[in-house]
Amino acid sequence: MKFKGKVWKYSDDVSTDAIIPGKYKFDTLDMDKLARHAMEGIDPNFYEKINEGDLIVAGENFGCGSSREQAPLVIKHAGISCVIAESFSRIFYRNAINVGLPILKIPNVTEIVEEGDKVKADIEEGEVVNLSNDQSLKGEKLSEFMLKILKFGGLSKYIKNQGGFVWPTK
Amino acid sequence: MSKTIVEKIFSHKSDRDVKANDVVLVDVDLAMAQDGTAPLAIRAFEEMDMDVENPDDIKLVIDHISPSKSEGASELHIKMREFAEENNIELYDVGEGVCHQLMLENHAEPGELIIGADSHTCTYGAVGAFATGVGSTDMGAALATGKLWFKVPETIKITVDGELPQNVSPKDIILQVAGDLGADGALYQALEFRGSTIKNLSIPRRATITNMAIEAGAKTAIVEPDQKTEDYTNKKPPKWLYSNKNANYIKEISYKAENIEPKIAKPHQVDNVVDVNKVAGTKIDQVVLGSCTNGRFEDLKRAAKILEGNQIDNDVRFLIFPASKNVYKRAVDEGLIDIFIDSGATVCNPGCGPCPGTHMGLLAPGERALATTNRNFKGRMGSTEAEVYLGSPETAAYSGIKGEIFNPGGK
Repeated sequence: MKFKGKVWKYSDDVSTDAIIPGKYKFDTLDMDKLARHAMEGIDPNFYEKINEGDLIVAGENFGCGSSREQAPLVIKHAGISCVIAESFSRIFYRNAINVGLPILKIPNVTEIVEEGDKVKADIEEGEVVNLSNDQSLKGEKLSEFMLKILKFGGLSKYIKNQGGFVWPTK
Repeated sequence: MSKTIVEKIFSHKSDRDVKANDVVLVDVDLAMAQDGTAPLAIRAFEEMDMDVENPDDIKLVIDHISPSKSEGASELHIKMREFAEENNIELYDVGEGVCHQLMLENHAEPGELIIGADSHTCTYGAVGAFATGVGSTDMGAALATGKLWFKVPETIKITVDGELPQNVSPKDIILQVAGDLGADGALYQALEFRGSTIKNLSIPRRATITNMAIEAGAKTAIVEPDQKTEDYTNKKPPKWLYSNKNANYIKEISYKAENIEPKIAKPHQVDNVVDVNKVAGTKIDQVVLGSCTNGRFEDLKRAAKILEGNQIDNDVRFLIFPASKNVYKRAVDEGLIDIFIDSGATVCNPGCGPCPGTHMGLLAPGERALATTNRNFKGRMGSTEAEVYLGSPETAAYSGIKGEIFNPGGK
């Protein structure tokens, strides 16, 4: 899984309240509708300015706070192809994989990528290449099991296809 | 093999010795979802095309928008009720209370492995359970299979010894810890709380501490069960349920209770913690007393003791949300509600209130609240231009009377 696109950059501790404020998320399950409010708490024009396939690059603890799965879902439905962060909150990380939003944990990534840069993300390799300045960094690879869920397009499709968890994973 | 209490729970559930960082697939003893997460969990479950594995172990709660604020929310509530009815699942409806208090009062037991589609599920560590928050699709998978996979977390041991000063409360302990660890200081790890101060706290007051473990990024928090746990849950804790003396901790931190001051988490981060003194005098427009952190009877009682015979400042809205129907009823029986009404406070129904930013007291741009809740992120309780300060019930009560943030005590 490889993604190429333009970067929108954010700092540390972007909370799920910033990604999708609570006042919107309780009214509907229509993610295309909710996606219009994606990142509104931190970047009110996000939905208008991004293009399909763009990437988010962020600092530490991305997605901290509530367990709301609407957070990775609205990012995905807004058109973001992949989120790269120096670290993720535990629940967001799991939720992103479970809903089929590709993510990469790459320490120090904010040091080699600026907003507007064009980058290439390689999920299997756990690598990001900044095509604007030719710098690259390797981070943490997803576990084989998480990669499998991601390739199915999320946990629901995995469970449906496999009839439950297949364990041990290897 | 020496183990932490968390490693013991996972070993027990896996029927073999497991240690931190092992990845396991285990049966879930209890799985809970609330109205912010259950509708998506039901949709994910339906996509899986399976039957509910163990309906008795599933609980649904309507608390985040309770009563409903909109037609859309009401439709999602209907979806939950229909799903519960069709699948013989117990549902707590409008007015019953906050999901975590209901699970503590009625379901969580020592040694259990519990998941909840809500990040504050870590609360049930107060009764010696391993409990952690998950998203809706994980909840859907638990509905369909009765199981979930986990990475066994490493544990940070936090010891608190001694006697808390006057009007210093468990909220101040956990704010101190969250400030010291930082918002991601315990990412993927469990916090084990020990020491004489913790032992002396009742279960509801221990729950204030375990509730906010997630604010340091932790997967959960846990307190070794004792006689209080047994009395509260009516369940004898399993004999194996304790940490070995030479268990392997990733970090150990100790506090002297005498040195803990009343604390405030300033906007817009829970780890932005200072002594109340540093922000004393800051004008406030609203106080929120309640939530899964501080909406229990003992919290209300401490606030009532301070409010009794006093008047809330004219410029302050003082909103109270009992954490459950039981808490509300006891507050009526013991005269707390009279004190609240006489002091000028507004007592609302059991539920989450404005804490998750949905309804019942959202802040306008420029407004400032002092809340006993657990999060103060930008936009959490209304406008992104509003400010939320987090403190204890004691700090909330005094601040409501003064109309500004006020230090309730300390050394």
